[in-house]
This record gives sequence, C-alpha cells and structure tokens, in this order.
Amino acid sequence: MLNKNTLLYLAVLAALLFAAQTLLNDYYQRILAVVAINIILTLSLNLTNGFVGDFSLGHAAFMAIGAYTSAVLTLPVASKATLMPDLPPWLGQLAVPFLVATIVGGVLAAFVAMIVGIPVLRLRGHYLAVATLGLMVIVRAVAINWTAVTRGAKGINGLPVFTDIWWAFGWAVVTGYVIWRLVNSTYGRAMCAIREDATAAAARGINVTAHRMLAFCVGAFFAGIAGALWGHLISAITPHSFSFLITFNVVVMLVVGGMGSISGSIVGATLMTLVPELLRSVETRLSLGGHPLYGLSQIIIAITIALVMIFRRQGLLGGREIRLPQLFDRRGADAVDRQASPSA
Amino acid sequence: MYSLPYIAQQIVNGLNLGSIYALVAIGLTIVYGILRLINFAHGDLVMVGAYLALALILNTALPLGAAVLVPMIVVGGVGILVERLAYRPLRGAPEVAMLITSLAVSSIIQNGTVMSLSAQPRAFRLPADLIAQQQVGVVSFSTLEAISVSVAIGLMALLTVFVTRTRVGVAMRACAENLRAARLMGIDINQVIAYAFAIGSALAAVAGFMWAGRFGSIEPFMGFLPGLKAFVAAVIGGIGSIPGAMLGGYLLGFAEIFFVGFLPPEFSGYRDAFVFGLLLLVLLVRPRGLLPTTAEREG
Amino acid sequence: MLLEVEEVSVYYDSIQALKGISLRLDAGELVTIVGSNGAGKTTTLLTISGILHPRRGRIRFDGQDITHTPPHELVRRGISHCPEGRQIFTGLTVAENLMMGAYHRRDREGTVRDLEWVNTLFPILAQRRGQAAGTLSGGEQQMLAMARALMSRPKVLLLDEPSLGLAPLLVDRIFEVIQELRHSGVTILLVEQNAFQALRVADRAYVLETGHMKLEGPARELAVNEEVKKAYLGG
Repeated sequence: MLNKNTLLYLAVLAALLFAAQTLLNDYYQRILAVVAINIILTLSLNLTNGFVGDFSLGHAAFMAIGAYTSAVLTLPVASKATLMPDLPPWLGQLAVPFLVATIVGGVLAAFVAMIVGIPVLRLRGHYLAVATLGLMVIVRAVAINWTAVTRGAKGINGLPVFTDIWWAFGWAVVTGYVIWRLVNSTYGRAMCAIREDATAAAARGINVTAHRMLAFCVGAFFAGIAGALWGHLISAITPHSFSFLITFNVVVMLVVGGMGSISGSIVGATLMTLVPELLRSVETRLSLGGHPLYGLSQIIIAITIALVMIFRRQGLLGGREIRLPQLFDRRGADAVDRQASPSA
Repeated sequence: MYSLPYIAQQIVNGLNLGSIYALVAIGLTIVYGILRLINFAHGDLVMVGAYLALALILNTALPLGAAVLVPMIVVGGVGILVERLAYRPLRGAPEVAMLITSLAVSSIIQNGTVMSLSAQPRAFRLPADLIAQQQVGVVSFSTLEAISVSVAIGLMALLTVFVTRTRVGVAMRACAENLRAARLMGIDINQVIAYAFAIGSALAAVAGFMWAGRFGSIEPFMGFLPGLKAFVAAVIGGIGSIPGAMLGGYLLGFAEIFFVGFLPPEFSGYRDAFVFGLLLLVLLVRPRGLLPTTAEREG
Repeated sequence: MLLEVEEVSVYYDSIQALKGISLRLDAGELVTIVGSNGAGKTTTLLTISGILHPRRGRIRFDGQDITHTPPHELVRRGISHCPEGRQIFTGLTVAENLMMGAYHRRDREGTVRDLEWVNTLFPILAQRRGQAAGTLSGGEQQMLAMARALMSRPKVLLLDEPSLGLAPLLVDRIFEVIQELRHSGVTILLVEQNAFQALRVADRAYVLETGHMKLEGPARELAVNEEVKKAYLGG
C-alpha cells in the first residue's frame, strides 16, 4: 500500500522526528521513544485481546524474553566476560548489531508463544487470562533462576543505549503496518468472526485454533521487539522490570483507545503515556499535609479505567478507525467507485 | 535420606501454607460461583488484612485475637464496599469488562497503600514466645502455626455450617447454581452477594495475618502472588465449589512445600513456576477440577 | 381482580417479544395461556414475576402497581413463579430446595405446616428429602419445582410448562395436582403447550401468538373454537 498518501504521511512523520531530535532535549526525546514503544505494545496486545477476543495478560513475559535475548546478544564481548562468566562460549563470543538482536528477541518471544499457545489457547475467557498471568510468573522464575544467562535477580545492566526516537518510531510504523495488513486481510476478518462467536466461526470452516495462534504469536513477536527496544532505552533490566504493572498499563492503553481499533491503540498509547508522565511530575510536587503522594498517578489511572468500564466500555474510538485525510488520488478513488457500482 | 522429623516438618509447613491458600481460595470461589467474576483484587485484601493486623499489634495493647478479628470485620466491610462501587454497576456486562475492572480495583488498593503508607516492606514481628518452635514428638512447630491452622480449620468448619444450615448460606449455594431461579424464590441476590464478598474478604484477612506471620514482612504488592496461587487452588478443586477450594488449597500448599522440600535445592526457585505448571495441567486434563459443581452455566 | 396486565410490551434488545398484551386474573381462577413455541408465554410470566421489565404498559397486583417491583419483593407479596424447565437447584438437597422456596417467610409454624402439605401432595419428596435434587427423575424434579413454588404460600402461582418433557402418566398426575391446588384456593396462571389438558382444567384461556393476544374467553368455548382446534388441538 505504498501509495502517495502513505509516503506523504511517512514524510511528515520523518520531518517531525527530525524536528524533535534537533529541538527537544534528551528527556523529552526519551518520553517520545516510550510513546512509540507503548504504541507497539498496545497494537500487539490489540491483536489478541481486541481483534480475536482472547484476553491475554502475559504481554510482560514476551517483553522480558525480547529484552533479555537482545541484551545478551548486543552486550559487548568484554562486558559479557565480566558480567556473565557462565554464559555458554558461543554466546559469550557473540556481539550482534541492534537490528538483528531485536528481531531475534521478537522471534524467540513468538516461538515461546507458539509453544505455550498449544496448551493455553485451548482455554477461553477468565482461564486464559490467568494462564497467561501464570506465564509471566514462569518467565520471571526463569529470569531469576537461570543466573548463567540472566544474572538472576541482579539483572543485566550496561545495555548499550541504542534506542532512540528513530528506532522506536521506525518499529512502531512497521508494527502498525503489519497489523493493519493482517487485520484487513482474510485472516483479520476470520479473527473478528472468532471474537464475535467462535462456534459459529468454526462452523463456517474457519480454523479457530490456527487464527488464535497466529494472533498470539504475532502479538508476542512485537511485544518482544518492544521489550528489546525498552531494554536498550533504560539500559538496565531485571526480572522485576517486567512485572504485572506493565501489562496492566498496556491493558489500560488498549481499553482507553478502544479494543479492535488500530488508531484507537495509537491514541490510547499516546494519551496514557503522556498523561501519567504529567501526573507523575505533579505527584512529586504534591503532598497532603507534608506527606508525599507516590502512587497517586497509578490510582488516577486505575479509577479512570474503572469509570471507562462502567460508562464507556468501547473506549475513546469505540472500535472505529480514524480516517486520515487523503490528499492524493481523490480522482482515482472516484474512478474506482464508479467501476464498483456501474449502475450508479 | 529424609529423616522423619524433616518429613514431619514439611507436613506442618504444608498444613500452614495450605490453610492460607484454602482461606483465600474460598473467597475467590464463592464470588466466582455467583457472579462468574475472577476478583483480581481479592489477593490485595490479604495484604490489607496483614497491614491492619500489624497496625493493631504495634499501636494497641489489644490481645492477639483482636489483631485477627478486627481486620476480619474491616476487610469484610471493604469487600462489601468494593462490590457495591465497582462490580455492581457491571452486572451483566461482558466478562472482559469485569476482569479489567477487578484489575483496576487491585491497582487502586495496592497504590492506595503505597500512597498512604509507603512501598517499603515492613517487619511483621510477633512476640517471641509465639513464634518459638516447640517439639512434640517428631514434629516441631510454633504456637503461632498451631493456633493459625486451628483457627483456619475452625473458620472453614463454621463456613460449612453456614452454607448448609442457614437460610442465607443455602441461598448462597443456590445463587451459585442458578441465579435466576434464586431470584424467583424471593432471594434478594444483592444481599446474598454482599454476604459472599463479606465472608470471602474476612477469610482473606485471616490469611493475611497468617501469611505475614509466616514470611515475617509485608509490602503493598504482597497480595498478588497468594491471590493468583489461590486461584490455582480454586481451579484445581473445582471453581465455584467451596469444598473444592478447601481441598485445592491444601493440595496446592502440600504440593508446593513438597516440591521445595524434597527436590534438590536448585529447583526451589522454580516453585512458582511449578504451581502454574500444575494449573495448566489441571486446566487441560480436568478443567472442571476435582470436585466439580453442578452449576447450570459453564465456567 | 387479583392480577392485571395492561397493554404490556417487552423487548429483548431491539426485538419486540410482547406487543401490548393484556390479561387479568381473578382470585380463585385457573387461567391458562396457550400458544406455540416462541409465542411469548414464558416472557409474559417472567415479566409478571419481575425478571423482565416492560417498556410500556402496567401490571397491577392486589390493587398495587408492580410494574417495576423487583422479583424478591414480588415473592413476598404473594406471586410465585415455577419456571420453565424446572430449574431446581441440582446441587442442593430436596429439603434445601424447599427451604429456598420458603426463603422470604418468617413464620416457622406456617412453614412447617406447608411443608407437610406439599409432602402430602407429593409424597415422593418426603422420601427423597436428603437426596441431591439432581438425582431425581424428570417427573420428580417437576414435582419438586412445584412444591418449591408452593412453599412461599403464594396468592398467585405462575406455572410455566409443567408437563414439558414428561411421560403421559406423569402429565396426568401433574394436572391432577393442578386441579387439587385450584380446589385448595390457589389462583393459578398456567402456561402450556399441551393445550388439550390446559383447556380441560382452566376456567378461562388466552391464546398468545407471536406476542399478540389473539383470543380470549372461557376455556370450554376456546376448546371447541375452530382456529384453536386446528392450531393447537390437532385439527
């Protein structure tokens, strides 16, 4: 779909990023990078939770896999020798470019998703949610105990800070594109059918398990990518970096934007990254009678999400997409229309 | 290889941990049976119970029994409040909405504690004579453990009497079976649901005391893991079934203790992974659990 | 007039199940609503017992407007609904099921007397009182459902398809019991697909068709009505 409109918007994005890089200081650039990473996370969660209707709570696990894998791969050989002396030699000698490491992280996450998905995707609803939470607990247990590779509870620090707004938004664009293509294909329509009524979909010949697995693995892949990007932004990861809090925050972004809407995920992620950031800076300055109010921003977010559930379950966009103005090809579109309805 | 005292010790530990899981699982299963809601905030009530108990121990001269009884009442009230404010507006809403709301409530309770107290762990120190180990034959246990387990079993016995002999208790079981028929009987389901939350939450408070006593310290996010594991216990026993929750709780407690106690030490860090591996196994092999209910609707 | 339903319309989302129906029930009567599957008979009873809410219309009981009164309150006031498909509490014992029927009652003596009464109506229940209700046969479950509904000492008993799925011998017994109930003074609104038996025992009848009240009149007259015979009595 590389038509003139897409190129125009990509150019606009590139220009904005260039402006941001020149004009904004490091702190704000970091926030932007986080926005992009959250967009990737929300879009990927939307695939399972929003489009197929499988409520997964295991996203943090896939992030962790992506982060740790890419960390072990990009860490300079010298650092690996000191930090992780028990690493198997072939890994210890390896130092890999960022792009490769990120992709490998994503692939490994997707692979784990596939293996885990075989038993877990037989469940639905509440049981699936808890099983995926269990996955997170298991991954964390592995991260804490497989000290040769993960350094246990100490975690890995000194990750080279490769992630900048170009990498982050670059991957966000890729994620958005892939998911957009997927959702608008026969696969995507099948997924929506499964969400509406899995039994009816199966009766129509849709391979329900295969589609759920596809969504689960693709979602895990991009969560792994996001994890890798995140690790190389904050430079230090521990088993507790990828806690349930992260999953919950991504769920919030997803729900605020509206499940089943790609632009909704983008809006939700942006909003729920910037607003808490704002709240946090206010929180540090606020105090009630001299008593600091840490955690207030999280409470406000949680109350917001509860209110959304009670009053506007479908989120800001209600599952619909924002239509960006098409500045080119308007005549072309009309021509297509006329062909589509010759009697008009 | 493993001496008798060692095995006996593991059994005592299993009883202790099993009692905790059983108490928490009961609350989860009662609510799930009636509302089909997994209350993710339930584990956090365990935490609230622990904090209240600590506050009473540190700040009052009340006997230890009060540090168990008062949190039961307060946390029971919190449970009723949470239901009224967060879950009742969502009756009849899709599963996902209730799930997300319970996550939100959990976050509010956790961060509320962080905000009003602090995220720092606090020591849960009990009088020395209570936690001193005593030897009775091959078995060694502390007074605290003995009392806790007895109280837990006693409460479970009381609950069983409640749900088999009293009007409201039987109504609770009836609601879990068939909510509409229960309404047609003249049962005020709002009242029954309030009871369900009150009882489950009160039991969770007791579990909080026991958990804190066992691990020696409390922090605002401590409820996450017991809550999740209690859910595993409830599923193993058969979600929606009170006897199932009790059975599942003890089975899981023993399984976890034996996993750590009888396998080589390299494995002990994987105890949580083991618990969830068990969950997956049960969900795949016997999803309705060991003591399935006869409820009309599917879980 | 004990119960009056006035121009009631009920919707399931956007589908209209009841289209402005009216009916009345006088004390001591046995009135039946006949109609085929999906006509709205169960919907009518569920609306009277408060589970469903009409979008339009009124329901009056004993002179009071009960259109939006909650179900548990209606049981207290004397409306008891024995639902379609029995819907007994299968995991509870027979005795516990009956206890639930008497949930709202505060009078111990009266409850004990009513328990003895239902045991004489349905002796099998006394035998099986400690058994799990799910282990009862279909016919026994139906008797339990009716007994349970009677334990609330209703002024009006709403009976939904009591003969559904039962063998002919049991169906006869059920209708015998219905007649006995009637003679002991219980006002009954009976919904039935088995129009033949229903019209035999009833005083008056309504014919409900796709949400409309098509016909109404004394049961004897409707039993020989040509349309009714063709549609519901096998010609």
